[in-house]
Amino acid sequence: MNRILRRTGGALFAALGAVLLVSIFLDLVPGDPVDSILGEQAQEADRAALRQALHLDEPLPARLWIFARDAATLELRSSVPPFQDRVFDRIGKALPNTALLAGCALGIALLVAVPLGLLAGWKPGGKIDAAASGFAVLGVAMPRIWLGPLLILFFAIRLDWLPVSGLEEPAGLVLPAFTLGIALAAFLARMIRASLLEATSEDYVRTARAKGLHERTVILKHALRNAMLPVLTVLGLQLGALLGGAVITEKVFNYPGMGTLLLQAIDRRDYDMARACVLAFTLAYVLVSLLTDLAYAAADPRVREGR
Amino acid sequence: MSDGTAPLGLPASPSLPAPAKRRPLVRGLGPRIGLAIVLALCAVALLAPFLGAGDPYAISLSQELAPPGPDHPLGTAENGVDVLAQLVHGARISLLVGFLATLISAVAGTLLGTAGAYRGGVVDEALVRVIDVLLAFPGILLAIFIASVLGPSLGNVIVALCATGWTGYARLARAQVLALRDRDFVHAARAMGASTPRIVLRHLVPNLLGPVVVQATFGLPGAMLAEASLSFLGLGVPPGTPSWGALIDQGTQYLMIAPHVALFPGLAMALSVLGFNLLGDGLRDRLDPRRR
Repeated sequence: MNRILRRTGGALFAALGAVLLVSIFLDLVPGDPVDSILGEQAQEADRAALRQALHLDEPLPARLWIFARDAATLELRSSVPPFQDRVFDRIGKALPNTALLAGCALGIALLVAVPLGLLAGWKPGGKIDAAASGFAVLGVAMPRIWLGPLLILFFAIRLDWLPVSGLEEPAGLVLPAFTLGIALAAFLARMIRASLLEATSEDYVRTARAKGLHERTVILKHALRNAMLPVLTVLGLQLGALLGGAVITEKVFNYPGMGTLLLQAIDRRDYDMARACVLAFTLAYVLVSLLTDLAYAAADPRVREGR
Repeated sequence: MSDGTAPLGLPASPSLPAPAKRRPLVRGLGPRIGLAIVLALCAVALLAPFLGAGDPYAISLSQELAPPGPDHPLGTAENGVDVLAQLVHGARISLLVGFLATLISAVAGTLLGTAGAYRGGVVDEALVRVIDVLLAFPGILLAIFIASVLGPSLGNVIVALCATGWTGYARLARAQVLALRDRDFVHAARAMGASTPRIVLRHLVPNLLGPVVVQATFGLPGAMLAEASLSFLGLGVPPGTPSWGALIDQGTQYLMIAPHVALFPGLAMALSVLGFNLLGDGLRDRLDPRRR
């Protein structure tokens, strides 16, 4: 419990640090947002008015305070036209889409990786093991910016089996989720195999075998449970990478999620939107790592009951 | 995990001092293929102007988006630019960015991590906090931010990649030094009056090098991928520079009429990443003390 509280504190600190860092970077973006909104011929009075409306005349700490206040009261608005856009409405629309995409990608990754890794680690050196190694090596090497267009080309254009992407029907998620999840699947399959191999060489597995237990029981009940612990840790870290990959995947498929929103905000110099997006990303990250910790504690009695 | 190496690769007997120096650094089929790919890639990058692949900037509007043929083995892209020439010269950009970003990240990260672990106290605490902040959101996000702040240029891409790249090496070095710090040989060195820089440089860093090199072998293709992603987003190298990522970005607009524009640079990218990963697997089995 103590450990989890400490982790939460550290993670929240990190999230705040990330928003601060991003704010400083945004401040350094060359070009004046007022210029890009009003155009260079604008009257000086209008510019000053807009500057004041956007709080651009205030120093960075004051602007951060205003941001924090507006964010806490969910009143944060877009800092480029149309100013009426409430940032949290936009994020509220985009975030579930990204969560859906990442969730499907994770689902695909687990569906592929768990059986493959188990079969490969069960009979190392066999045919399945060879196939799994091949998949693991290739899957990680495939750039998403390439895999995505490739899948579009074959499954959406040539074969016309699936829509390119879209939220109207579930089929529209297949190609983006596959693009996002395949590298994770490859990585996890490899990890599960290695972890299972390590577990099967432990004494308790030898004991279980010596007791005459069925091989399936030995693997699934004794080895697998222990083998999943390191996998769980890695999975937590990899889910973060999945969020990063989602930014790229969304761009490839023109998918209306957080990545698209963020890239658009950077492009339009929508400072508050960009800051809020980063805040959402870091909070998601923090949540994921906390959940991983909890899952780890639930799976490992040594952590659950120990110090 | 040594794909292709039989159980024969295990050390013969634990009682014998292993004649480690006699064994080649790269063994097994996978790592050898990896080494071959990496060497070929380096050769292409170094010799790019002399390979007769043509001028990557030469425009021929009448040949725009032409499919692969005798004049253009891999076809042409926008403005009739030769895809093969772009690929060959793009290899230079890709490798240069990957190599420099990895080198700077590895050196800076290793030094910072070593310093933090060895000095401890406030220095270490600050280091860990900074790393936590940088790891609290996807690294590519920070790279996107920095690249958009600084504007598209080769140097800026490297800066953007190093900004988060060093953290992995710093964590690795820190963990290793924390483990090594209390080993007998360090105590012995200190007892003999060795200064701190001497202990760090002569005793700690050499013991770190294996894992750092292994991590760098995986970090380099990661940096190449990140450069391609940034260029794909239009935030990488300046427009017009031959870059695999930029070419893929261009190709996605012409998937229907000219799929070769996106196909070949992606293939080159995947093959390069594959090569480095295979090589890295081999090096890891050999150099990483944590893996026997």
